[in-house]
Amino acid sequence: MGSGHGTELNLTLKVWRQKNSKASGSFETHQLTGISTDMSFLEMFDVLNEKLISEGKEAIAFDHDCREGICGMCSMYINGRPHGPKQGVTTCQLHMRSFKNGDTIVVEPWRSAAFPVIKDLAVDRSAFDRIIASGGYVSVNTGNAQDANNILIPKTDADEAFGAAACIGCGACVAACKNSSAMLFVSAKVSQLALLPQGQVERKERVKKMVAQMDEEGFGNCTNTGACEAECPKGISIENIARMNRELMSANIK
Amino acid sequence: MGSTGLFLVSFLIVHVSINSLIFLNDSGESFNAGAHFMAHNPVIRIVEIGLFAGLIAHIVQAWVLTNENKKARPVGYAMVDGAANSSWYSRSMGVLGSLLLIFLVVHLGNFWLPTKQAVFAHEEHNTFENMKQVFSQWYFVLLYLVGVIALCYHLLHGFQSAFQSLGMNHKKYTPSIKKFGIWFSIIVCILFAAMPLTMFLGIIK
Ligand code: SF4
Ligand code: FES
Repeated sequence: MGSGHGTELNLTLKVWRQKNSKASGSFETHQLTGISTDMSFLEMFDVLNEKLISEGKEAIAFDHDCREGICGMCSMYINGRPHGPKQGVTTCQLHMRSFKNGDTIVVEPWRSAAFPVIKDLAVDRSAFDRIIASGGYVSVNTGNAQDANNILIPKTDADEAFGAAACIGCGACVAACKNSSAMLFVSAKVSQLALLPQGQVERKERVKKMVAQMDEEGFGNCTNTGACEAECPKGISIENIARMNRELMSANIK
Repeated sequence: MGSTGLFLVSFLIVHVSINSLIFLNDSGESFNAGAHFMAHNPVIRIVEIGLFAGLIAHIVQAWVLTNENKKARPVGYAMVDGAANSSWYSRSMGVLGSLLLIFLVVHLGNFWLPTKQAVFAHEEHNTFENMKQVFSQWYFVLLYLVGVIALCYHLLHGFQSAFQSLGMNHKKYTPSIKKFGIWFSIIVCILFAAMPLTMFLGIIK
């Protein structure tokens, strides 16, 4: 911001407002003028919120933390897509230069029975935490840590595990999926541990428990539309979902 | 869904192969011989029961899945840009499947039922004449074309999707499975579509 290179936009913003998880909620329209194209999407919201506060109105609640694409908090469903029109980015990494002067932008919270709205655009994603708690851990030896090079890991496995571990738990996969399925998230977490030697002890139990918890939370079923993969800001592949299906089948057979 | 779907695909292969005998244009001689075999062979009779069971299982699974998935998003979005991240047919499997079911009821009424009645009455059923008669009516031809198009899109997503559900996604093999699925869907559906069309137009007599 402030480089002076950007142009300015006038926009119409339609934002979902909802008092709490019990209230029904509705859209609120705001006219914004002089929004710099250098601003991030969240900075645009900051500007709007400052205006609302100075007018004595209540600021729009939205989640955010790192503002650099690593925490996964900034859940906004923008013009029909999680994290807006660009692929491979979170909302905080989306800039106003992705929009045109005069655009109307519709912003909604993630919609899923398992992600109830707390207020406005903020949703409760603790369902993900409970899935992790149900099985996303490994056993470790007590005593001194052994030399890392003692455990050999094939390069391809390390790469795939690392790719899966890039998941930031943002929930865009759930938001994008027409079934509100959490398969991409859960499969990334299952894969990351199933691929590495450290994850072998709980391998079978883990996949069973995490999938059971996922179902209990009320996420939908995967029908392989691939929307999750296309919208995931971290490029998590649905190959992980196939791996989880495999893991679950072999865990159930045993 | 995947395993029952693939099972039904295996039936499609048999069905399209035997029916393609009409393209020999031998007044249905080869085709009727094939149809007779399918209607009277005891092994096929048992397989037929399995086929209906597979079909019902596929429908029941779809029903349960759809209901669960609807419950998973009680409040929908005001704006959805589905085309940005997935194909319309992958998102419309329920609608396509329902169309197929309607088609199937009519289709069974057109052919399966008369064949069964003939078998029980110990009469010889001329399935080729049966086909010619049905496909002389334009509205049946139209309905069959709609059914075949629905089948094509259902398969375009369903074929490769089944492998993914069964845990088979591999950098080396999946692109070939996907390509095969596309060709399979298109070829099977062109063959099926050609049957009512060629008969209606009097090319196959
Ligand atoms: S898989 Fe991708 S979209 Fe889903 S929670 Fe992880 S990072 Fe977000
Ligand atoms: S605020 Fe952390 S990823 Fe967007």
